[in-house]
Amino acid sequence: MKSSKHAKGFWLSIVLAVIFSIVMQFLISGGTLNPFYVNTLFSIGINIILAVSLHLIIGITGQFSIGHAGFLAVGAYMSAIVTMKLALPFPVAILAAGMAAAVAGLVIGIPTLRLRGDYLAIATLGFGEIMRIVFLNIDYVGGASGMTVTHLTTWPWVIACVLMTIIVIVNFTNSTHGRACLSIRENEIAADAMGINTTYYKVMAFVIGAFFAGVAGALHAHNFYIIQPGNFGFLKSFDILILVVIGGLGSMSGSVFAAILLTIISTYLSNYPELRMVIYSLVLVVMMLFRPQGLMGTKEITAFLKMGKSAKGGSHDDGKHTTA
Amino acid sequence: MTANTPLLKVDKAGIRFGGLKAVSEVNLELQKGELVGLIGPNGAGKTTFFNLLTGVYVPTEGSISLDGEKLNGFAPYKITKKGISRTFQNIRLFSDLTVLDNVKIAYHSLAKHSIISSIFRLPSHFAGEREMEEKAIEFLKIFKLDNVLYEQAKNLPYGQQRRLEIARALAANPKLLLLDEPAAGMNPQETDELMNLIALIRERFDLTILLIEHDMNLVMGVCERIYVLDHGQLIADGTPEEIRNNPKVIEAYLGEEVS
Ligand SMILES: Nc1ncnc2c1ncn2[C@@H]1O[C@H](COP(=O)(O)OP(=O)(O)O)[C@@H](O)[C@H]1O
Ligand SMILES: [Mg+2]
Repeated sequence: MKSSKHAKGFWLSIVLAVIFSIVMQFLISGGTLNPFYVNTLFSIGINIILAVSLHLIIGITGQFSIGHAGFLAVGAYMSAIVTMKLALPFPVAILAAGMAAAVAGLVIGIPTLRLRGDYLAIATLGFGEIMRIVFLNIDYVGGASGMTVTHLTTWPWVIACVLMTIIVIVNFTNSTHGRACLSIRENEIAADAMGINTTYYKVMAFVIGAFFAGVAGALHAHNFYIIQPGNFGFLKSFDILILVVIGGLGSMSGSVFAAILLTIISTYLSNYPELRMVIYSLVLVVMMLFRPQGLMGTKEITAFLKMGKSAKGGSHDDGKHTTA
Repeated sequence: MTANTPLLKVDKAGIRFGGLKAVSEVNLELQKGELVGLIGPNGAGKTTFFNLLTGVYVPTEGSISLDGEKLNGFAPYKITKKGISRTFQNIRLFSDLTVLDNVKIAYHSLAKHSIISSIFRLPSHFAGEREMEEKAIEFLKIFKLDNVLYEQAKNLPYGQQRRLEIARALAANPKLLLLDEPAAGMNPQETDELMNLIALIRERFDLTILLIEHDMNLVMGVCERIYVLDHGQLIADGTPEEIRNNPKVIEAYLGEEVS
């Protein structure tokens, strides 16, 4: 009974999303939306993918990984190689980007996910920096001056990837596999004692998260005409991390809202990059003081919609998170 | 496996942390269906012994076998699948999750639907999830927790949290259940209820139970045999009557009262 209700809400949101995408497509092709807005829209989509994929790793599985831009970089470069060097079509590039990032996630995840808390954070941060430096030193992909990439990212690709990311991660989370990840976040020792292969699920969350960060990388690379290692430094990882933290660790809808909100803010502030960082930091400080659980806490938007009725626990505002 | 193979056989098992021998040369055997107590003063090494049995620590000496199969060096989740499940001295529930989800997580290893089937919402996902949910609800009825299914675990009163932890451990379908001071922090009435519950689940699930209890009188009442640990070493084992009159045991407990 409960699950069928969930299913209904799920399909309803998909239908709404499809209607929204079609309307947007008309607005874009009809020229109603000027290129500045279109570009903002694409950035929002890419950031939603990044936020939701990191949400799976940090918010659901509780693994404080802060090198997400590393996977973005792998995806961006992989996709650029596929379209520019191998002259293969864009969908192949998107898939290859996701796969390459997932492999990177697997290779990095197996050794580092044994670490906990601060150590994991430092290791993943290191991974992000290493990826940047690797691309900086490979001439095949242009070194410091980067690679020029044709503009192939269009609205249908963006919205299709956003929806795919959300569907996959929501479906994963709302299953026994997602609960296994949640149990790791809640209490790793107890999860182990209940027969959960914690290493497997940590790596799995990491690999799925990395896959979608790679997909975001493909969209990103083919939206900006040029990719350079400098785009994927620690600050980019921080930008993604802040979306998850501000949205509320454990809330996917929170990550989505934060991605929309902060992308709009930063687009308007793009001429003042220093100011942007100051504002971000201020927002974060204010947040920590007044709403440390993030915009949404661990709640999902659906919990607010059916507030009061059949209070499905599992998500409560003052939730504490074992992320460290 | 012969008829008299003990369910659990611990042979001279021990662990040292640096210079400290937290558990040393412990021999212990449990026959199928027994309810056995493990007592000893604070810091005797009881919890550490459970951690050895469940693979949280790998013994630095000796061996542990379940149903004749050696467990040394298995990861904790594998040992759980082999049939040893436990509760913790300091309750470790998945506190932000619901009561129902806490139990469903213990059923995870029985799930037949794959990650792929869940992501693509294949029929096997729905069938698997429905089966888990029904089983978990049915199961929680036994523990009188079916009226708080969607409550977050952390919002339950203390006694119910203890009960949920036992329910969760049993949902993992163990042959051997390890209970680490389940009565700690309970009032006499809650303790009574707990002891009844233990008797009930033992009957119903055909279990073997090893019960750590700090309070000697409590263990005396329910256990058929008792092992006594002090400073990491077994100082006695036998029936409650034998243990009660054992001078070494009296000394260990007196020593604790004095200090
Ligand atoms: N990981 C560890 N590192 C070092 N010492 C430990 C560790 N775990 C337990 N000990 C020590 O082992 C001894 C036994 O502790 P414990 O098993 O918790 O006792 P009990 O449960 O009988 O009260 C204590 O002195 C404790 O400090
Ligand atoms: Mg103890």
